[in-house]
Amino acid sequence: MQDAVLAMLAKEPSHGYHLHARLRRVLGPLGESMNRGQIYVTLARLERAGLVVCERADGLPERPERKVYALTPAGQQRVAAWLAEVGWPKPDLAEFHLKLAAAAAARLADPVELVAAQRRELLRHLREAQQAALAEPAGSGAGLLLEGVALRLQADLRWLDACERAWSGADDEVEGG
Amino acid sequence: MNVSSAVVRARGLVRTHGRGPGRVRAVDEVDLEVPQGQTLAVMGPSGCGKSTLLHLLGGLERPTGGEVWMDGRRIDTLSERALARMRRRSVGFVFQAFHLVEELTAAENVELPALLAGRSRRQARRRASLLLERVGLADRARHLPSRLSGGQRQRVAVARALVNDPLVVFADEPTGNLDTAATLDVLRIFEDLRAAGQTLVIVTHDERVAATADRLISMRDGMFVDDTRLAGTGTGTGTGTGTGTGTGWLGGLGGLIGLEG
Ligand SMILES: Nc1ncnc2c1ncn2[C@@H]1O[C@H](COP(=O)(O)OP(=O)(O)OP(=O)(O)O)[C@@H](O)[C@H]1O
Ligand SMILES: [Mg+2]
Repeated sequence: MQDAVLAMLAKEPSHGYHLHARLRRVLGPLGESMNRGQIYVTLARLERAGLVVCERADGLPERPERKVYALTPAGQQRVAAWLAEVGWPKPDLAEFHLKLAAAAAARLADPVELVAAQRRELLRHLREAQQAALAEPAGSGAGLLLEGVALRLQADLRWLDACERAWSGADDEVEGG
Repeated sequence: MNVSSAVVRARGLVRTHGRGPGRVRAVDEVDLEVPQGQTLAVMGPSGCGKSTLLHLLGGLERPTGGEVWMDGRRIDTLSERALARMRRRSVGFVFQAFHLVEELTAAENVELPALLAGRSRRQARRRASLLLERVGLADRARHLPSRLSGGQRQRVAVARALVNDPLVVFADEPTGNLDTAATLDVLRIFEDLRAAGQTLVIVTHDERVAATADRLISMRDGMFVDDTRLAGTGTGTGTGTGTGTGTGWLGGLGGLIGLEG
């Protein structure tokens, strides 16, 4: 969040509410839960860290929505470093994998049933992402993001198929390997 | 009385191929009801019997056992002629490989089933141009299929499937030969059809296609192993714009895309 807000300021100094509107536009339905307060909290943190400065419009009462934020040289460096970074969020599949193994070992639940329940849940999420993507006009930035969400869910669903195949044959042998 | 509430109904449906030890039960004792207006997706591994099921429901193949009902009428016992008539009037098919007539233009391909069903040339032409417009191909009406992209051909095939106002559209891997953008075009059309109350049965390997359905059946070895309602109870069954989706799982995706903190 901090990096994204900083990078958006690289275009031009900006009011908090303007940043909020830009973020909402780029994120589309995924940004709906983001409120303006989060932006102001983030900006305040960035200011304390010396990455942004805040210029107050003269003569007006001090209210957060009057402030214009701009990058400091340190802020600019941090944006450049962020853009150059190639880190990527790790898919966290180990927990579900362990759930299946533990359930089978202790005979607490049928792994195939757990996979089926998980598949239903992911399909509902995929449906939501897919419908939101279809509702976006062609070429929208938010549509592109939703496409990424849908592709990830699709990959997870395919992995669940592999889980089902593995667990429906071999009783609790998957733990071995 | 319940008979008429389902557009498509099957009971104890069986279809076997071959004899003796090599006999395959392609569809094995299946019961199914598809209510008016439902979009049903069927998924499952290759060879599990999806296409066979679709052919049985649409009257393209005859079952070895069980019953198939279409709009309250039993169809598996119909004569060949009556069955062919039922197919022309009541069902539309969309296939993975499009199955367009290469010598006919897009518009002529769409008109053909209307003419075969006994409509006048004028009626057929009017209906075809309306449908080509609806699938976004009004400007390609005079093109031969060879001059259309795969996605455009499939949209022509969808228009053709709709030309006789079918009770139900059966689609077998409709996006199997399409890339993502063309797949989304077809999905948008299906979405419009669904909103207009069209009953749809779609066989697919693509989770993203399946996810647009109201209901998903998983098949293994000729049998149904799962039957899931995807349309959320209450919210989420709408068009997916604004209010419905934002409050659901997507709106809370901030964590997934690293927006928290
Ligand atoms: N005409 C036929 N003669 C013999 N066996 C057949 C015939 N048609 C289908 N089968 C067998 O019936 C089973 C189901 O075939 P079907 O085509 O319905 O599978 P499917 O689920 O559509 O597969 P795919 O995803 O590959 O299209 C398979 O085992 C297939 O080999
Ligand atoms: Mg098939």
